Amino acid sequence: MQHLISMRDLDSVHINALIERAGLIESGREKPDLSSKVMGALFFEPSTRTQLSFDTAMKRLGGKVITISGTKGTSVEKGETLADTVKIINQYADIIVVRHYNEGAARYISEQVDIPVINAGDGANQHPTQSMLDLYSIQKTQGTLHNLTIALVGDLKYGRTVHSLVYALSAYNPTFYFVSPEALAMPDYILEDLDRLGMNYTVRGSLDDIVPELDIMYVTRIQQERFADPEEFEKVKNAYIIRAAMLGGVKENFKILHPLPRVNEIDTDVDGLPCAYYFQQAKNGVFMRQAILSTLLQQ
Amino acid sequence: MDKKLKVDPIKEGTVIDHIPANKALQVLSIIKPEEDDVVTVGVNFASRKYGRKDIVKIEGRELSKSDINSIALIAPDANVIIIRDYQVINKYPVQIPRQIEGLARCGNPRCITNNEQMSTRFVAVERNPVRLRCAYCERVFDGDALELVTSA
Ligand SMILES: [Zn+2]
Repeated sequence: MQHLISMRDLDSVHINALIERAGLIESGREKPDLSSKVMGALFFEPSTRTQLSFDTAMKRLGGKVITISGTKGTSVEKGETLADTVKIINQYADIIVVRHYNEGAARYISEQVDIPVINAGDGANQHPTQSMLDLYSIQKTQGTLHNLTIALVGDLKYGRTVHSLVYALSAYNPTFYFVSPEALAMPDYILEDLDRLGMNYTVRGSLDDIVPELDIMYVTRIQQERFADPEEFEKVKNAYIIRAAMLGGVKENFKILHPLPRVNEIDTDVDGLPCAYYFQQAKNGVFMRQAILSTLLQQ
Repeated sequence: MDKKLKVDPIKEGTVIDHIPANKALQVLSIIKPEEDDVVTVGVNFASRKYGRKDIVKIEGRELSKSDINSIALIAPDANVIIIRDYQVINKYPVQIPRQIEGLARCGNPRCITNNEQMSTRFVAVERNPVRLRCAYCERVFDGDALELVTSA
């Protein structure tokens, strides 16, 4: 593995190796040493949580971090090409982590430099470290990735995270419930792909009676800017809020995941329940990013 | 309707048949014949299969599969005929190559290829009809929906 740009580039051997490594790092049985390494973080678009998570991961492994945030006041604003910007970072850093608003930017950057590149989100396309930490969280809480019943709830139309999770899990014989307002339903091209793969899924407008069947509920934020008509947003925004009262009779292994930040789609009365896993999920992100950084830096 | 070719037979060279009507010039923009090549273009011939079709002939030059296969992007059903001494010595359908570089623009305005000075690259995911995945933004497009770089 030279770069981490897209989940499409990862087969189950890569995925399993990274999950295993994250577990070893979390348990302290493996302590990679990146003290001689510098991570160049290029955030052309702000993403506080992802940036913080990478920063923490690198520093916990003893590494250093240099950061270019946004484009204001930088050479990028002065018309420097992306290729030139990253070729300069290439001279200073041992690995690049990049977040960019254009789809495909991370792939392009990986072709311009001779150090590893990690895609920390390229527009609406990919966010593979998020997908990997989701898989790690599922593996950790369920003991397996195989044969799970998973409800994806919220914005399934624009949610890059849920799309890539669906593809990543499709190798493990899942049963999916896609729960969303009609305007934010899972796109047809993904459903067609799932049909081709022979996946078992159901599209629904509400959670109703399926909660006791679930191993995982993956909740995403419904964003107002996705709606052309603000009235439409008002109608659906409260219909998909998860509350403690809805979670009676759940399975013992049942967990709720959320990529965060949350607004109100999971009520705070859920936070204290044993099934609330989203904060540990964020912590898992640090272990997974440690595993990815040290694997790419061959430490 | 007269089904015979209205273009004279050639002694040696390459004939590309079954090009969709009015796409011959785009085919040429992909093949990029050399300056002294004699090229004959037939537009809007009657075709049993398509109603109308275009034909391109390049005299004196035998194009290789790698020269020609990229035209599958706009002419997925084209046939290539290699002629020596007025005889057909080889005939094959074009086949989209696994990768197409620098020929077509990505249809996604937010794709990095439309925002930086760089070449595009597509990977064929289906051959007929041609479906291509942008190697950068990873979106999939119908081959004939993409705008060619050369036909500005
Ligand atoms: Zn593209």
